[in-house]
Amino acid sequence: MDILSAYPGWLIEHGAALLVILPLLMGAITAIMPSERLSWVTTMIVTLVLTVTSFGLLLTIMGGESQLYRLGGWDPPHGISFVIDGLNTPVLFLISAMALLTTLYALPSVAAEVEPKKRPPFYAAFMVGVAGLIGMVVTGDAFNVFVFLEVSSISTYVLVAMGASRDRRALTAAYNYLILGSIGATFFVIGLGFLYMETGTLNMADIGRILADLDGGSRVAMVAFGFITIGLGLKLAMFPLHMWLPGAYAHAPSFVTVFLASTATKAALYLMLRFTFTVFDPSFDYVITVVTYVLTGLGIAAMLFASLQAIFQTDARRALAFSSIAQVGYMLLGIGIATAAGLSAGYLHLLNHAVIKGALFLCLGAFWYRYGITRIDDFAGLGKMMPWTMGAFTLAGLSLIGVPATAGFVSKLNLVKAALDKEWYWAATIIVVTSVLAIIYIGRMLLTAYFQSPPEIDGEVVAKNEAPLMMLIPMWFLVLLSVAIGINADLISDAARDAAAVLMSGGS
Amino acid sequence: MFSTIFQNYHWSIVIILMMVGLYVVFSSRNLIKKLVGLSVFQTSVFLLYITIGKVAGGQPPILVEDHGSGGGGGEEHHASAVTNLMAGGESVAAGGAHHGAEILYSNPLPHVLILTAIVVGVATLAIGLALVVRIREVYGSIEEDVINNIDYRYNLEGTAD
Repeated sequence: MDILSAYPGWLIEHGAALLVILPLLMGAITAIMPSERLSWVTTMIVTLVLTVTSFGLLLTIMGGESQLYRLGGWDPPHGISFVIDGLNTPVLFLISAMALLTTLYALPSVAAEVEPKKRPPFYAAFMVGVAGLIGMVVTGDAFNVFVFLEVSSISTYVLVAMGASRDRRALTAAYNYLILGSIGATFFVIGLGFLYMETGTLNMADIGRILADLDGGSRVAMVAFGFITIGLGLKLAMFPLHMWLPGAYAHAPSFVTVFLASTATKAALYLMLRFTFTVFDPSFDYVITVVTYVLTGLGIAAMLFASLQAIFQTDARRALAFSSIAQVGYMLLGIGIATAAGLSAGYLHLLNHAVIKGALFLCLGAFWYRYGITRIDDFAGLGKMMPWTMGAFTLAGLSLIGVPATAGFVSKLNLVKAALDKEWYWAATIIVVTSVLAIIYIGRMLLTAYFQSPPEIDGEVVAKNEAPLMMLIPMWFLVLLSVAIGINADLISDAARDAAAVLMSGGS
Repeated sequence: MFSTIFQNYHWSIVIILMMVGLYVVFSSRNLIKKLVGLSVFQTSVFLLYITIGKVAGGQPPILVEDHGSGGGGGEEHHASAVTNLMAGGESVAAGGAHHGAEILYSNPLPHVLILTAIVVGVATLAIGLALVVRIREVYGSIEEDVINNIDYRYNLEGTAD
């Protein structure tokens, strides 16, 4: 609490609005900046302010105080309100902290992958994307969610397409992402239309109240739930709707992949939690049916099939992208269990996976930066060529598998416990089986890197060439964080428990 | 059966447009045609929102002066019209007739919402078209089959041509 007293009062009071307005405004200004260095420094300052602000908000939440920020002083349900509570604040902090770490990494990485004159607009698009992601997490108004969802998506399409100067397939990947993403967002907005027909309001808390009074509402509300679930499912790469993800992750600039992998699907997953448990409620028949049978089923399918697909990839980034889809499956399973323990385990995995996958993609970006490597076969000798980066990759990989004393272990253990509590022994078995699959695809990369000797070019062994410090710092920060969570997870477990408590209480 | 369809013709149009749009997106192999399909699909949603704002017998949501009364009476009328609007915002089903006032207004809120959605749709379309232009520059084609073929050969050979 001491740290909190160092914060100026206005920063906490207006923090919710500042988190959205600052990157949006600075994004517009950055777009017309003449120099690359200047735009990077601006991005750095903005993300730093965002991190500090959201950390302050996180501290107030831990103090047990939630906030309702009324934009323009208009009371909900007529005005638009921003909500700061136990459910969204950890995600807010995650997004801003990841934005800060990836920006640090961006300076060398973007210099290698994006053409010079496109760099200031690139940072601008990044900041607008951050604003969109934060906006969709912080807002308490359902239509606002759609607007911010599209703001973040549109800038993400641009960011993915920027990979074209390195790999032209980025263009088709961005195009496919655009088509599927827009369909997803449109499904979501159709769902909102039906919700509005049923309840006549757009404030999420208000919709929740009215639907509870109507005891779930008529068939219109059911249809709304279906559309919203599919729309968000597309955004969060729920199993059969994940086709956009591997391409987008594999061909985007490294920096964008890191940011997308650790925040974009997570924000969509947060919305799924928010809509399923606080706007709708699992006490309605149709919601609990979808949660128990559809979300769990698709989650399990994702864990199995995406992990299997990950094993057969030749491209390391593609393999990890499929692994991301599998990890989304774990989170969906957590939602499907639908008990407080299951939800907190799913939420914990959401936070942990962001840290782990962020670290892994940072390492892959560094491999490309130094040696232009993306294929797993080319990993040969990386253990000797880039010992520090490969060390970080190894630790993060072990965490992804779920080796004890890593973050992945903590969340998987909680998930297994929650499944056992509900007597879903098959689910617990599948979690263990898919962890074995993770050993195969991560193990394959590690084996190639450590047990094959570095390649020879013109009779000379390729020299050791470690990644620059600017890349190593965010990488090792995330890796050490994942180990720290593995050793003592009290803080983050508490946050996840608070989030689950918000969900179980129906949001109020 | 047919009378139900014709009485609810606006829903029929929404559904037809929605399905046509989605079908074009999924069946077409031409990148521009896909974007056209996407736009049709989004337009169906605009229509959906616009139709739900209409209250049967409702007027456009513009405050009208009551010619019969003047002075203080007009002021009062003004106030009731405003509450009327608020009531429209609260519940579509109840329309504006909630407070027993004389003037029944249509609900303007969905129209305002859809203005935002139209802007978003235009932005998405613009980005999509810009991407197609770049794809045409790089691959020399906007047919998905041709592009996939080029990528497939690229993957096999492992070199750019």
